Amino acid sequence: MKFSLSWLKEHLSGGADLVEVTDTLTRVGLEVEHVEDRAGELSAFVVGHILDAQRHPNADKLQVCSVDIGKGAPLQVVCGAPNARAGLKVVFAAPGTVIPSSGVKLGASEIRGVASGGMLCSAKELGISEESEGILELPADAPVGRPFAPLVGLDDPVIEIAVTPNRPDCLGVHGVARDLAAAEIGELIEPAIRPVRGAFPCPTSVRFEFGDTEPLSPFFALRLVRGVRNGPSPDWLQRRLRSIGQKPINALVDVTNYLTFDRGRPLHVFDAAKVTGDLVVRRARAGESLLALDGKTYALDESMCVIADDAGVQSIAGVMGGAATGCDEATTDVLIESALWDALNIARTGRALNVHSDARHRFERGVDPAFALPGLDLATALILEICGGEASEITAAGEVPERDLIIDFPVSEVKRLAGLGVAAAEVKAPLTLLGFWVTGQGDHLKVAVPSWRPDVSGKADLVEEVVRIIGLDRVEATPLPAGASVGGAKLSPVQRRARVARRTLAARGMVEAVTWSFVSKAQAETFGGGKPELALANPIAADLSDMRPSLLPGLIAAAQRNADRGLPDSALFEVGQVFWGDRPEDQKIAATGLRRGTAKARGAGRHWGEATAPVDAFDAKGDALAALANLGLQPSAVQIVQGSAPAWFHPGRSGLLQLGPKVVLGAFGELHPRTLAALGVSGPLVGFELILDALPQPKAKPTRAKPPFEGSAFQPLSRDFAFVVDRDVAAGELIRAAQAAERKLVTRVDLFDRYEGPGVPEGKVSLGLAVTLQPREKTLTDAEIEEISARIVAQVAKATGATLRG
Amino acid sequence: MTDLDSLNALEADVLAQIAGAADEAALEAVRVAALGKKGSVSEKLKTLGAMSPEERKTFGPALNALRDRVAAALAERKAALADAALEARLASERLDVSLPVRESGLETGRIHPVSQVMDELTAIFSAMGFSVAEGPDIETDELNFTALNFPVGHPAREMHDTFFLPEKADGERLLLRTHTSPVQVRTMRSTQPPIRVICPGRTYRFDMDQTHTPMFHQVEGLVIDKEAHLGHLRWVLEEFLKTFFEVPSVELRFRPSFFPFTEPSMEVDVRCRKLPNEVRIGEGDDWLEILGCGMVHPNVLRNCGVDPDVYQGFAWGMGIDRIAMLKYGMPDLRDLFSADVRWLQHYGFRPLDFPTLAGGLSS
Repeated sequence: MKFSLSWLKEHLSGGADLVEVTDTLTRVGLEVEHVEDRAGELSAFVVGHILDAQRHPNADKLQVCSVDIGKGAPLQVVCGAPNARAGLKVVFAAPGTVIPSSGVKLGASEIRGVASGGMLCSAKELGISEESEGILELPADAPVGRPFAPLVGLDDPVIEIAVTPNRPDCLGVHGVARDLAAAEIGELIEPAIRPVRGAFPCPTSVRFEFGDTEPLSPFFALRLVRGVRNGPSPDWLQRRLRSIGQKPINALVDVTNYLTFDRGRPLHVFDAAKVTGDLVVRRARAGESLLALDGKTYALDESMCVIADDAGVQSIAGVMGGAATGCDEATTDVLIESALWDALNIARTGRALNVHSDARHRFERGVDPAFALPGLDLATALILEICGGEASEITAAGEVPERDLIIDFPVSEVKRLAGLGVAAAEVKAPLTLLGFWVTGQGDHLKVAVPSWRPDVSGKADLVEEVVRIIGLDRVEATPLPAGASVGGAKLSPVQRRARVARRTLAARGMVEAVTWSFVSKAQAETFGGGKPELALANPIAADLSDMRPSLLPGLIAAAQRNADRGLPDSALFEVGQVFWGDRPEDQKIAATGLRRGTAKARGAGRHWGEATAPVDAFDAKGDALAALANLGLQPSAVQIVQGSAPAWFHPGRSGLLQLGPKVVLGAFGELHPRTLAALGVSGPLVGFELILDALPQPKAKPTRAKPPFEGSAFQPLSRDFAFVVDRDVAAGELIRAAQAAERKLVTRVDLFDRYEGPGVPEGKVSLGLAVTLQPREKTLTDAEIEEISARIVAQVAKATGATLRG
Repeated sequence: MTDLDSLNALEADVLAQIAGAADEAALEAVRVAALGKKGSVSEKLKTLGAMSPEERKTFGPALNALRDRVAAALAERKAALADAALEARLASERLDVSLPVRESGLETGRIHPVSQVMDELTAIFSAMGFSVAEGPDIETDELNFTALNFPVGHPAREMHDTFFLPEKADGERLLLRTHTSPVQVRTMRSTQPPIRVICPGRTYRFDMDQTHTPMFHQVEGLVIDKEAHLGHLRWVLEEFLKTFFEVPSVELRFRPSFFPFTEPSMEVDVRCRKLPNEVRIGEGDDWLEILGCGMVHPNVLRNCGVDPDVYQGFAWGMGIDRIAMLKYGMPDLRDLFSADVRWLQHYGFRPLDFPTLAGGLSS
């Protein structure tokens, strides 16, 4: 919403200056977005009078002018404009003045051997217009030596405010002035609007035809003014419209636009000669369309409200009029419409047609219903004043709805909600100035809400009105009382897991990324997603179309981008949401890591101390198990299932992480070559994904005490076994079997060697296991150790077919 | 024949041999030759038995003293030789300690600034008794808008450019939440007041330019109690901003504004100094809009089954990305989601930089 200071002052008395006005606007909630005040930068430009203009002795296209600037002797100014001539009043800039269009400071100069004591300016140089021919010509009566800006209205600052959707009353200058008057920087100027007496009945009638459907207009008023002379509107009106960036069209149209901004009252004018028969307000019919005033044709449907005559649709109600019945210079009889519309319907129609008109903007937010008739009278009076003519009586359909809302308002509500103790008088004054009708004694007030405030419906709204006017700065910070207890977890288990996973993975040298929650359809499908219910109806880009089923595609794309920038070895992770369906319970929190190139857990790139190797599935396995261990799971409790990981992993170099037969915690491994090909990326790439929601809830325990420490007095001992086993047998099976052979005394089993090659039969592998025995009650005898060793060998053989290496 | 002169000669000879032993083996040979079973000193000691008591009185102490001096000289020489051998070994055992070691994960790993700031928020607000609540990113229209007092079709909804999911057969259309406020509704519907929660999370709006990304992070706070007014809100925000930006004081400016779910509604500016590459909070003459807030609208309380005449409360919301950028001087929002490792290494946090209030948050 834009308006000039002088326009505002027509509605607000008192001497408030620009700064006071803008400060107050922001303070009461009408945030000032921009102030354009050209008075300052144009103050040095004064009216000059060309007394004489002669051809420049050394240049055909230049003239040497003698210019009176109201003080001292006339100055000699060299000017290149063809229209510079004796007698002309012009805009003069003295040396030292900054030219607005270029920002250049004018210097004293000599042009082709002739001294020039200043410059005569064009409209373009002054920043008044984009283009200009020659220098700006001022009226003959322009006072020499005085600043020129006031003469053309450029000393009038233009203020732009952001009006929130709840304040349609401030979409007119009058409403803005009312808020400022309530803040007591002036008084609202409210001349009575006198009804214009009609000289004859309106020859065109109007009726509603909504049939059985919901009516889309409560009230529609119409009046004819005949015998008007339409043409350019007067200067003051043109200047006002131009000041807010509106293009003057003709007097009849300009009057409606003016009242839209002055009073927040959109109106429409039909050229009566182009209207056939009476007007009907109804729903559009399927197949109807309208060539509107903006030159576009809009296809209409039954959800939209239109104004039609016998020839068809002539206006999209409350949104935009039609070209066929528009007013032009030839219009002599004009029908003025002032109506009320269903706000939601206007919003829906405007959205559907993608029309952002000033009328729609106001009707969908709610115009003042009580101003429909005064607005019509105001428009009539202006048209009669500017265009002459004779007005008819008003004809109308429907009734102006009345909203008799009276709110019981205890003054203590201000204290209760705002923490601000105020007296009844402090509440009454601003409310009254805002147009509320306040009665009642002591603490209990009754407040009637004015028709232009659809946003006010209860006590809280009145508290807002009071505090925004008397000043939010008066609300003092009050410490929030401490809670009843400092104890108790403030994070949910999954939130806690997410932070632990983050810090664990970062501690393994990985870098946390935050990638989009959406991926491309192809990426989603590659990672088990792509369900239709998870595809956005209005994606912002084709490659951000589907909710991600996994964090891997985003990380893989990120790793590739980094590689393309010259960083081939990256270790990235993300902890965030994945979407397996559209229900809340289908949203999971995943902790996912990805390693590329040589970014192994012990370090990336080449190093003098060890050979360089590409990342492999064990790096990813290590990351996953480290996270799980820090999340409280015993690594030995996690089952690694070979060959069961999702299809985007390499089938032979990946594993599923399970807890028992049912709970899938996640998977790890090398990415499938086909996955890389589908995503158009290169490897080596390994990764893992854990679903943090899948972890079991820790059991509720009465105490945080750990189980007692059993430090045996006896030395642990270690026995090495070399087994030969089929290569297909999982080494994990041997470890488990060795552990199971003697649950009480075996405390750990380490796999210290894996060998295949000469000395080991083809298809077999030799595995070296170190078994640690911890005697509990006494030192083990050689015989006992032999017995346990035999049991381990037997158990491993039974479980895996392994034999001791000879 | 034994006399003191010959003993002196023997001692001088043995000590000379000890001093001349070049290594431990030579020294051992000297020891055997002197103190061994048939060593020169041992042989002399054997003669004591055949001596008369008078002679023994003279030669006993002399011989024993001789033996002790030889033994001491041997031990001393042995230690000196061992020292020399160790020195020689050490001299050959040199590492080039300027060779670089690999950096550990604790040095190279990074936490994303958004996660770090979420941890900072948690540290601050948990100290004020707030829990952390979360909800789904895919929401219903009812929870994202209607329950929050955005009437169906109202222009206020257009303040939020919304991502929609496909319309279902029954006409329902899910959406990506445009703010974390639906979590407030979920919390109020599932929790008896008093309530103190913050709701951090991802939010989505159809917007992409220099200062907007289609996905961003928001944190909202909600307090519902029998007594919880704008003064308390002001205090909570002042304390939060002071603690978060780690400055001794902040000055806030409340401006009336509009949000459908609060009444009164306000936008909050904080006093700051805008410098070319940073913004200093708590000083200067500029104002920076930093958050929106207000008293929870009675309609929202009613929609959540809370009686607005018994309970009241306030809520606020702000962009996590934005306050992270302000605090840590990150100039471009889009960088936060580009996963550029160089950027993450630069702006990210080390794994053990865990924010705590006791430790001064980021210090």
